[in-house]
Amino acid sequence: MTSNSNLSNMQRLVEQLKLEASVERIKVSQAAAELQQYCLQNAGKDALLVGVPTGSNPFREPRSCAIV
Amino acid sequence: MACQGLQKGETLESLKRESETLKKKLEEERNKLNDVELHQVAEKVEALGALSMKTRRVLKGHGNKVLCMDWCKDKRRMVSSSQDGKVIVWDAFTLNKEHGVPLPCTWVLACAYAPSGCAIACGGLDNKCSVVPLSLDKNENLAAKKKSVAMHTNYVSGCTFTSSDMQILTSSGDGTCALWDVESGQLLQSFHGHTADVLSLDLAPSETGNTFVSGGCDMKANVWDMRSGQNIQSFENHESDINCVKYYPSGDAFASASDDATCRFYDLRADREVAVYQKDSIIFGASTCDFSLSGRLLFAGYNDYTINVWDVLKGTRASILFGHENRVSRVRVSPDGTALASASWDSTLRIWA
Repeated sequence: MTSNSNLSNMQRLVEQLKLEASVERIKVSQAAAELQQYCLQNAGKDALLVGVPTGSNPFREPRSCAIV
Repeated sequence: MACQGLQKGETLESLKRESETLKKKLEEERNKLNDVELHQVAEKVEALGALSMKTRRVLKGHGNKVLCMDWCKDKRRMVSSSQDGKVIVWDAFTLNKEHGVPLPCTWVLACAYAPSGCAIACGGLDNKCSVVPLSLDKNENLAAKKKSVAMHTNYVSGCTFTSSDMQILTSSGDGTCALWDVESGQLLQSFHGHTADVLSLDLAPSETGNTFVSGGCDMKANVWDMRSGQNIQSFENHESDINCVKYYPSGDAFASASDDATCRFYDLRADREVAVYQKDSIIFGASTCDFSLSGRLLFAGYNDYTINVWDVLKGTRASILFGHENRVSRVRVSPDGTALASASWDSTLRIWA
């Protein structure tokens, strides 16, 4: 690798890090509360979590066997 | 790329020092906002009840390892691809194989269903991603209608359609991701930043805008702006290859599965890792992960043939799904959240509900 490409890689890295450092962030407590809220709000619709009334999950029905 | 001239006083050394300082500053800024752990916030949440998931279907038909699968939006069809070069479209309710497309290459590492349900995309060691329109005519030779869209300089590890059948996004062993126009095969945008093979990508849920996340052998997970090609956030927490990345259903977070035997959870607005899903007894790499509809459960497939089900909020393991007889290569929850599909090196797929 030439020293020129090392240099341009480093310049790119520094620019990228500056960009990442400037991202606006929120506190984890707020982020966590919102993630949790999303889970709880949608829990009722989550069939794998709460199960659904028998008969309404097509995968839980046994397949009908065809006699060939 | 032409080298920009050195600014006054810049040398390789000074740039190295600046990058180290910036990295430290990034860590500090992130840590300032780390006022609590996710599982602490979740202490007051009711614990999960026992999950009653079992194998409901076993899909047999591939001749070798199944490497990838994807659900159709109609919640019953699926596409899967295998090391034997075959791509199969299944009706998961009836177990009918609706289409079989033989491809000239082995190791079809990636496959995806188009949003319309009228086409599939697939790629792998051929360094390409091709789109195959699905025909209602069973006798039609689908392989003949296959159209090469993406061309990489190394294997294609992942592919997905964007919001329509018109564009696909690919990840590759050549270290890049790329956005392609299906009709013309034109490269619309390429995404550079990973320093090793990219193994996985996932598109943000449509409500959250034009971003996607990728993970790879450089142990980094990167978030990208699809329009500008810019890498907007980067996370380097794993200790080995990241095999899979998947957005949380709200789009505000994502999870990753890695060869370091852990899965991790990152919040995008807090810009940091907020949970690690691991156990001393889990020593094999995790190759795939997906969230349940509400995001409360994270299903992860491991190289020890099991699927561990994690309580995303509390950080504990809720259940283990046994059944596969070899590595689990892919897990995907169905579009309406009623079932989990898993693909394995044991050449079968399973549906759990």
